[in-house]
Amino acid sequence: MSKTVKLRKGLNIRLLGEANKTRSELVVPKTISIKPTDFHGMIPKMVVKEGDQVKAGGSIFYDKYNEAVKCASPVSGKVQAIVRGEKRKIMEIIVEADAEIQYEQGTPVEVSSLSSEEVKAKMMAAGLWLYVRQRPIDIVANPTNEPKAIFVSAFDSSPLAPDFDYVLHGNDAEFQAGLNALSKLTTGKVHLTLNGKAAADATFTQAKGVQINKIIGKHPAGNVGTQIHHIDPINKGEYVWTVNAQDVVIIGRYFLTGKYDARRTVALTGSEVKDPHYVELISGSNVGNLLAGQVTTDNVRVISGNVLTGDKIAADGHLGFYHNQITVIPEGDQLKFVLTKGWMGPGFDKFSNSRLFPTFLLAGKKFRLDTNTNGEERAFVVTGELERVFPFDILPMQLVKAAITDDIDGMEALGIYEVAPEDFALCEYVCTSKIDIQDKIRKGLDLIQQECM
Amino acid sequence: MEPKFAKGGKLEKWNPVFESFTTLAFTPAHVTKRGAHIRDGVDLKRTMMTVIIAMLPCLLFGIYNTGHWEMVASAGDRSIDFWSNGGEKIILGLWVVLPLIVVSYGVGLTIEFIFGILRGHSLHEGFLVSGMLIPLVMPADVPLWMVGVATAFAVIIGKEIFGGTGMNILNVALTARAFLFFAYPTSMSGDKVWMAGTESTSVDGFTGSTALGDLASFMGDKPVFDSLDSFTNNYSFWDSIVGNIPGSIGETSVIAIMLGAAILLFTGVGSLRIMASFFAGGYLMGILLNAVGGNPYLDLPAEYHLVIGGFAFGAVFMATDPVTAAQTATGKIIYGLLGGCMAILIRVLNPAYPEGVMLAILFMNVMAPIIDHYVVQANIKRRMKRLKTA
Repeated sequence: MSKTVKLRKGLNIRLLGEANKTRSELVVPKTISIKPTDFHGMIPKMVVKEGDQVKAGGSIFYDKYNEAVKCASPVSGKVQAIVRGEKRKIMEIIVEADAEIQYEQGTPVEVSSLSSEEVKAKMMAAGLWLYVRQRPIDIVANPTNEPKAIFVSAFDSSPLAPDFDYVLHGNDAEFQAGLNALSKLTTGKVHLTLNGKAAADATFTQAKGVQINKIIGKHPAGNVGTQIHHIDPINKGEYVWTVNAQDVVIIGRYFLTGKYDARRTVALTGSEVKDPHYVELISGSNVGNLLAGQVTTDNVRVISGNVLTGDKIAADGHLGFYHNQITVIPEGDQLKFVLTKGWMGPGFDKFSNSRLFPTFLLAGKKFRLDTNTNGEERAFVVTGELERVFPFDILPMQLVKAAITDDIDGMEALGIYEVAPEDFALCEYVCTSKIDIQDKIRKGLDLIQQECM
Repeated sequence: MEPKFAKGGKLEKWNPVFESFTTLAFTPAHVTKRGAHIRDGVDLKRTMMTVIIAMLPCLLFGIYNTGHWEMVASAGDRSIDFWSNGGEKIILGLWVVLPLIVVSYGVGLTIEFIFGILRGHSLHEGFLVSGMLIPLVMPADVPLWMVGVATAFAVIIGKEIFGGTGMNILNVALTARAFLFFAYPTSMSGDKVWMAGTESTSVDGFTGSTALGDLASFMGDKPVFDSLDSFTNNYSFWDSIVGNIPGSIGETSVIAIMLGAAILLFTGVGSLRIMASFFAGGYLMGILLNAVGGNPYLDLPAEYHLVIGGFAFGAVFMATDPVTAAQTATGKIIYGLLGGCMAILIRVLNPAYPEGVMLAILFMNVMAPIIDHYVVQANIKRRMKRLKTA
């Protein structure tokens, strides 16, 4: 029984630098990096040492608390460095890639012939388990839990996001194989949610064995969190797993070919990119060569992911594990004079959800926004603004306050189990008091995990 | 210059003051570190500045009106045409109102800076609005030292001990007003304070009473007017809307207040829910009191209540203070309705307080967390129910 959900709340931030629909060929990067920090809360136990040779699909590390969950190298090559941070925490594992990728060859299998446990075991051994994430807490799924449903979003509504209909066109077989594998993991349904406003690609509309839902609305309509809340909400003690659509294809490819082939199409976007377009990349690729000559100015911020939830990386840094997008925007580290570009300025260059700026007069205009916070951090003063961009039946301000004050009972009652930091990204964007809301929610989730899970 | 104020510099302690002024002139070069890499253009400075701009019509009209009534009082002649001798009235008004503003901002900002230095943070913008509201809710003839004391009380006890802007329970400007009201009752109510210059009038028996004072006298033994009709002849509905009547500096003109309301509502800074429900609450209570009837004050048409006294000013600028009002959408409606009802109830039925708006809003400020609590509980229960039906 498919559902159609209409959202009234939300916000589409209109940015310059959307990717053109051209795709450049796969280039094997010089190095790739695996950042254990992409898997929040996971403590990696290394399998390889610096200088070891690995094949694509060979294990790099496993999860200290779930030894079966392995992380695999997406390329073959030599482990160049294991970068450690404070308290010797492993920050990054850098692999120098061979020019020709050697795969750890498994045998292609028909998923339908496998049991649920066999699918799980195969995915964990091949390093595919990391693509499966769980709500609550928004971490890599714990394979011992029973999810009541699995959600896949067929579109990304965040600013300048890649168009999955374009990216996954023609990947029907892999996508279907991936969905088949996922449906083995739950006794409940696998939900695939399409954008109700656009005609979706056949990859999605022809998908079988899943419940296809539609959601209509502004961002965060494409976030799985929003979709779960409106289609099959999470209550205390329940689990829902989520997988990104491109990652479903990678999982499917593994079952079809027996190889861990982590190619994905990444959108190179942002106002500072000369020719925004799509590129085929391997997970964790170094983006230095890609960006060389592509960036218009020097003082930029390179983001792996989108502007709302992505990670800041160096200009020669590496793509994150889950990211389908690279965004380059100007840094905003300049003083802005009050009457021109500052807080009293006319503000035609600023995108605001409030009517204090003339954004509402400029329908359709796309903006070049920088990383300036446009003001200093303050206590919460303005009320009602978070609610306008938060399409949940949850009171965002009260939940954030409960998270700030470490109020576990309050967070539980107010719905912390249903949310992930990314669901609050827009709240953080519009917040007049410039509070780092995603960070507060993450800390609240960590506390809940520690005390209640 | 900056290194002197930076950490380890000679003037490190004064950094909050330095920072307050530099951030006034330049939006700082702060960039996002965690989370969303881009942020909305809006900040608290722009929000608060919008409120101040919205108060300007009230301030300008207030200056003129104060000048007019000072001229009336010193001549002892109520027949002076409101719109004549404009220039002179503006100067007279400025002479009264400007010192009030200077004292309010001077005292308040000094205290804010001291707390800022003690706590190591730059000036928070909340007082920029409070500092303008305080003179606007004062009677014209209030002594300056009282304004200073009241401002100090409101900023320290009303706000800073709770942690500063965003943490206070009571509206700061109303705290100042209430402090004066209870600490110096003889100077804050009665007939003498509402016009500048009444004390020095040479004409015997001339009083500068307000519409509310005259109305309240209906509840006592010696009414100023013998019937409601003679009251409405003296204070016409139209005069109350234009605002050429005595009263606190900013509260008299409904037209000026509505200009401010339009700015607040259009920009989204003021809550429509609160404003509309506050007026609705007041009107409903007015109708209810009409139904009870019995004396001319109870019979006063409900719409009169909305335009006299500080009702409209309170509804637009005081009740909507986001920090002290209810914070949930449903809560705002309940808060406004109850506040409006309470304002008229206190105004009419309590002979000790001719104006009920101040006390009603302060009371609702205290109640707002309770209203929010029940709204939040309703939300929690709704989601708990989902668990049971699932």
